[in-house]
Amino acid sequence: MQKSENIIEIEHISHSFGDKTVLDDINLTIGKGEFVTILGPSGCGKTTLMRLIAGFLKASEGKIYIAGSDMTKTPPHRRPVNTVFQKYALFPHLNVFNNIAFGLNLKKLPSTEIKKKVMQVLKIVTMTDYEERDVDSLSGGQQQRVAIARAIVNEPEVLLLDEPLAALDLKMRKDMQMEIKAMHKKLGITFMYVTHDQEEALTLSDTIVVMSEGKIQQIGTPTEIYNEPINSFVADFIGESNILNGTMIDDNLVEFIGHKFECVDKGFGKNVPVDVVLRPEDIYIFEMSDAAKFSGQVTSSIFKGVHYEMMVTTPEGFEIMIQDYHHFDVGKTVGLRIKPADIHVMKKERLCNTFEGTIVDKSHIRFLGHTFKCPTASQFAHGSKVNVNVDFRDVILQDNEEDGMLPGIVSFILYKGDHYHLTVLTEEDENIFIDTNDIWDDGDRIGITISPEAIKIINL
Amino acid sequence: MTKKFLASSYLGLLLVILYAPILIIVIFSFTEAKVLGNWTGFSMKLYTSLFQGGIHHSLTSALWNTLIIGLVAASVSTILGTMAAIGIYNLQPRPRKAIQLVNSIPILNPDIITAISLFLLFVSLGISQGYTTVILAHITFCTPYVVLSVLPRLRRMNENLYEAALDLGATPFLALRKIMLPELKPGMISGFILAFTLSIDDFVVTLFTIGNEGLETLSTYIYADARKGGLTPELRPLSAIIFITVLVLLLVINQRAAKKKL
Amino acid sequence: MRKNISSFIGRRRNWSIPYAFFLVFFVLIPLGLIVYYGFTDNEGDFSFTNFRKFWMQPEAMNTFIFSIGIALITTFLCLLLGYPAAYIMSRMNMRGAKILVMLFILPMWVNFLIRTLATVALFDFLSLPLGEGSLLFGMVYNFLPFMIYPIYNVLQKTDHSLIEAAQDLGANPRQVFFKTIMPLSAPGIYSGIMMVFMPVISTFAIAELLTINNIKLFGTTLQENIYNGMWNYGAALSLVMLLLIGVTSLLNNEGNAKAAEEGGLI
Repeated sequence: MQKSENIIEIEHISHSFGDKTVLDDINLTIGKGEFVTILGPSGCGKTTLMRLIAGFLKASEGKIYIAGSDMTKTPPHRRPVNTVFQKYALFPHLNVFNNIAFGLNLKKLPSTEIKKKVMQVLKIVTMTDYEERDVDSLSGGQQQRVAIARAIVNEPEVLLLDEPLAALDLKMRKDMQMEIKAMHKKLGITFMYVTHDQEEALTLSDTIVVMSEGKIQQIGTPTEIYNEPINSFVADFIGESNILNGTMIDDNLVEFIGHKFECVDKGFGKNVPVDVVLRPEDIYIFEMSDAAKFSGQVTSSIFKGVHYEMMVTTPEGFEIMIQDYHHFDVGKTVGLRIKPADIHVMKKERLCNTFEGTIVDKSHIRFLGHTFKCPTASQFAHGSKVNVNVDFRDVILQDNEEDGMLPGIVSFILYKGDHYHLTVLTEEDENIFIDTNDIWDDGDRIGITISPEAIKIINL
Repeated sequence: MTKKFLASSYLGLLLVILYAPILIIVIFSFTEAKVLGNWTGFSMKLYTSLFQGGIHHSLTSALWNTLIIGLVAASVSTILGTMAAIGIYNLQPRPRKAIQLVNSIPILNPDIITAISLFLLFVSLGISQGYTTVILAHITFCTPYVVLSVLPRLRRMNENLYEAALDLGATPFLALRKIMLPELKPGMISGFILAFTLSIDDFVVTLFTIGNEGLETLSTYIYADARKGGLTPELRPLSAIIFITVLVLLLVINQRAAKKKL
Repeated sequence: MRKNISSFIGRRRNWSIPYAFFLVFFVLIPLGLIVYYGFTDNEGDFSFTNFRKFWMQPEAMNTFIFSIGIALITTFLCLLLGYPAAYIMSRMNMRGAKILVMLFILPMWVNFLIRTLATVALFDFLSLPLGEGSLLFGMVYNFLPFMIYPIYNVLQKTDHSLIEAAQDLGANPRQVFFKTIMPLSAPGIYSGIMMVFMPVISTFAIAELLTINNIKLFGTTLQENIYNGMWNYGAALSLVMLLLIGVTSLLNNEGNAKAAEEGGLI
């Protein structure tokens, strides 16, 4: 690959704060003139990645090339990138003109040229006649435009935008999205946009980079990401989806919600557990007839402006979300079917929890920063390092943190049609995955208990 | 209506009592009598003799010492305290808490404890006391106030301002001079004023660190004077002048602040 | 090498290093010296002699207890006089209140010794006797602004809708005051108490000037001992005072740092 084609190349970048890893071996190339969006929930490392590119942070490991040269250690003021900050960071003691001229003044350009350039960008951001204004007197949207003008007037190779629209109201946000898109076309430089808003990402980008837990989950065009999510995280994060447990019986045949379906995926092997993703708009819903592959009863129906969003429960007890232009009454039994191409089968990331543990004595094992009782520990030499497997179903959650063996916070919830798949973060920053029928909320503080029988020790 | 009247008369009464002693000083600065309280007719003699110096040379030099010590201590405190505030703001939570705790010690400690502790430091080290020790002592109790007036400005500042300046091509030094300093200036100014007034008003710490080489500030001069029984009459016009100056200054500042808001 | 230095300065947290050293040298070590002198005798050997002396000799002890009494009464009087003033000002319009607050603070810009002597002059002028009465008057006069300002500050920031909410929920004016306004202004009251009680105990010179050397407070006892070369005993008495301060602030642990910050006069 030719270096000159890519404006940014990130090679094996890792970064940690203290002993908390926020970026884990990131590799990414961004082409010249692209509009790239880094998308992910808060805490996924997207802002850290942006700050590494801007130079506000120095990477613990890896290399960053900008415009073909190694800039891993270059200080921010010598990098050909400029940033639009989330809260704008306009200099409050300078007026609009001097804010925009700040970078040009530092370059010691002649004042006539500075004036010309500032006027030019003010025109681009449609803020002519505002140059004498105090930045505090501007509305949020106007401050946003000045922040963009202040960055692009320096003609950077890359414009970094860190959730620039997060502070604006919905209407303003929609307008600014269009303006940013138009600006990108007009300027022809690379935009790197950081957001947690999937809709914004889908609207604006040429390329979306989905991040979670310090890792890149998927890189692709908006259509690719939406239609072919690579795993259940991406599927859940982008748009609405039904994510269900299934079994890949053979090539082109998958079983879920108690039925076997034809599909287009292959190469998983035989009888392999998988995740099945169904977009709500891909499920056909109609009056019960012979054409139905399976059936269900409508339990709720909400009008969403263009379509109806309905929850349908199958006789087997699975709940499925369906979007359709037609309305079906609550309580009605309906027929359902899905086209093979609309069934997205994904390899499961994990089948059970796996932790690194140490045998303490004959009946105890230590992992997750806690010592657990475990009768089978006697089969292993004391002090030996082992792996511990715990089934998703075997982790017990309690309302009170103190009741459990160790405390944790619910960090991610996935509804799987008939149960919830939770990700719980422990105090030691380890993830525990749990299947449960109980309803928990994101951010709930809970106690975690694992019974001795549930602990399966595996020799390394 | 009666409620309002009662309220304002209460405030009025308090203010009258609060200002009565000062008023007496101002009034009796216009008479020649040696003892305060004796009215021997209107005269400007005390004012002229204050400015002629001569006989009361020691009073004028005490005034100069007070002003010089105040200016030097306030300036050093402002620089040291501002740097410290920037540093503290960027520290990890634990060292930050530690340094803020120690910073609050001179504020919470009574003057006399600060005075005795510094006295013991200087005599233990065998440092001869004079200008340097007074100024060092004043910096010690002034800087914490500067830190406390600059820190809120830093907290209120958009955390990305400094980075935005770097991003736009400023070196760290330029980012500091062009962005940080203008932002912190109001906090630094109020810190400086506070430090200056604390310094010129200080008596206890000064007394313990000034040594016995004949160096006097206004406070120690007045104290020595009062212990001899009775004030040098020229202190009356001096106090009156200081009071009127401060009054005018504060009114001007207030007026300007009010105008800016409109 | 130069690069190392500039990157060291570039890290802004390092900017606190000079002040950290300054604090160690001019705050922590001097306090350590008080402890050292307090627990040693004239020969520099470890001993409790000084504390025994304090316990055995009634003079210093009596002054100490008398000072606490004066400080308590002064604090109480300041609160009694200052709270209504602060409350009235907090209910006025901003501009008027601002000027009034300034008027209350203004006398503090006059050297406190001159203010004290002016009080003496006032008593002379009105031919009132100098004694405990003039002492309390002088103390209240000197420290009243320190009580008014923090209370005003807190009251003025109080969200008016809280008061309206209390009224809406059926509280009469008296209940509004005692159940809503008073508890909300507690941090200000606390700061005020700290800013009056502490300094009064340790004042030195004011009492003598106000009573023509008839009444002496603990601060003067400290000063006299140090001046007469009895550093060890003086240091021990300082420790006694520090202990009292420690206890007082522990009683109101929370507001401590807040008191320092909100009590700022500018």
